[in-house]
Amino acid sequence: MIDFDRVVIRYPRASAAAIDTVTLAAPRGAVTAVVGPNGSGKSTLVRALLRLLPLSSGRIAIDGADLAQLERRTVAQRIAVVAQRESLVFPLPVWEYVALGRHPHEGPWAAAPSRTDATVASALDRAEIGALAHRSTDELSGGEWQRVRIARALAQGGEALVLDEPTTFLDIAHEMAMFELLARLAHEGMAVLLVSHQLNLVARFADTMILLHRGHVAAAGTPADVMRASVLESVYEWPLVVTRDPAIGAPALLPLRNRGPRSPFQTP
Amino acid sequence: MSAALRASLLWSGVALVVLLVAIAAIAYGAVPLDARAVVHAIGGRGDPVTVAIVRTLRLPRAVLALLVGAGLGMAGAALQGALRNALAEPYLLGVSGGAAVGAVAAVALGATGAFVLPLASFAGATLAIAVALLVARASGGRADPRVLLMAGVIVGAFANAAIMVLLSNAPPNAIRNALWWMMGSVGDAGWLTVGWLAVYVALGGALLLWFARDIDILALGEESAAALGVDAARSSRSIFLIAALLSAATVAAAGLVGFVGLVVPHLVRSLGVRRHRPLIAGAALVGAGLVVAADLVARLARPPAELPLGAVTALLGVPFFLLQLRRLS
Repeated sequence: MIDFDRVVIRYPRASAAAIDTVTLAAPRGAVTAVVGPNGSGKSTLVRALLRLLPLSSGRIAIDGADLAQLERRTVAQRIAVVAQRESLVFPLPVWEYVALGRHPHEGPWAAAPSRTDATVASALDRAEIGALAHRSTDELSGGEWQRVRIARALAQGGEALVLDEPTTFLDIAHEMAMFELLARLAHEGMAVLLVSHQLNLVARFADTMILLHRGHVAAAGTPADVMRASVLESVYEWPLVVTRDPAIGAPALLPLRNRGPRSPFQTP
Repeated sequence: MSAALRASLLWSGVALVVLLVAIAAIAYGAVPLDARAVVHAIGGRGDPVTVAIVRTLRLPRAVLALLVGAGLGMAGAALQGALRNALAEPYLLGVSGGAAVGAVAAVALGATGAFVLPLASFAGATLAIAVALLVARASGGRADPRVLLMAGVIVGAFANAAIMVLLSNAPPNAIRNALWWMMGSVGDAGWLTVGWLAVYVALGGALLLWFARDIDILALGEESAAALGVDAARSSRSIFLIAALLSAATVAAAGLVGFVGLVVPHLVRSLGVRRHRPLIAGAALVGAGLVVAADLVARLARPPAELPLGAVTALLGVPFFLLQLRRLS
């Protein structure tokens, strides 16, 4: 559904391209995960999808239609994006914040949706934050805030969900619940495109992984294709082994203590 | 009690208070009138002298104050939301500076006609907006509200310097006029001024209400706004421009009345209003009441002298600004 086709993105005055000829596809019914070290260009892809960065070349297509030619509102009706960071200057009750997700579907004079609006209520339920509905956004923990943001994206509806590091502040249970939710959404037919640092979780839940390294695709394919020690070691520049998740046999990465004479912070 | 009922009771109460303050403002003056006489005189009934005082002097003054407050309140509410800045208000964006340069230039040149002054101040304000936008764009922060705000402050500082240069050689009388105007006043209100300001406030207000849902989204930040289909850079520019023109109109009509745009949106938020459509509408009402009340205070404080209206609002606004500043840090 979302296709990056030989996308190149160059920041002004930067020598190297932040994204260099990246091609990837996030189809319906699958979880597609973009992974990679800090600064590898993961978030740049999301910003490009939000049209906050111009493409130097290549194109991004939504069901074959050039993103640049589409109305922003139309795109927002079909693709919900949860950006990496967000803070509110003026706090809102949680349900009102979630209701803002309906914005792309409403005319400028439409009445704001109520707490009982079916889409809003269902989004609160699916993100399991019904109990927070009347709390203020400035009274939430980091994990709660993250789930509230997901709920807003769910209220947005649409056929695709794009998330940039959605589990950064979540504890294990909430993190797992989040990935289970994403897998369920994909199973229901949504295209889920995920940017994440959590290689092991991604390897268990994603259908396709794309490993970015300095703006290039270093590896892409099934988790088994990408989660190979030789590939990951060279990209992350750290010794590691790849083992198996004992339950479902998905590849799992285990970084090793550095026993060599090299300092851990020294790049080879 | 349902939320809707509570809200309508609350806003009926606020509207009633604004109405009572406006009647009090019309009743008070060199010839004190009672409230019943004021209401009758507005309808054209009663003693002809009273009718003349009310209809040609006090009513236009009160209506002008209401309009100035409504305009500044709405502009402040829109700017704070769109710029994601609890301290934003029309005066921080260089609009006042630009308008002041325009007006002072006109005064210094001896052009103080009813049409020239507002036109000159519009021109100055528009120029200031354009420069602020260009400065923000040149620094690469087109979509960064902080850069825009900083650009506005810089333009304001430049405008202050320009005013000092303009006034350095002006005759004492012109300086006095310019100073009085720069401190804000609704003292020489006439129906002509009230008429054109009403058009601007109605038009600007309607546009801001139309953009209100976008402002809700812009308040979430650039990335979330983009995710919800709002072109943050373009939308915030439009809102900035409308709010700036709205405040320039109030500046042209009544001079510089500071801090109303800062204080009023916070007051409305403290009544539990979060979304920008009710916030902007509420800010119009509360702003109107606040400026009428401030004008009443300006006349009551040291009779028979009148304090400058802008001085009264600043005395109220500066402690409020510090309070907000403390809350931010």
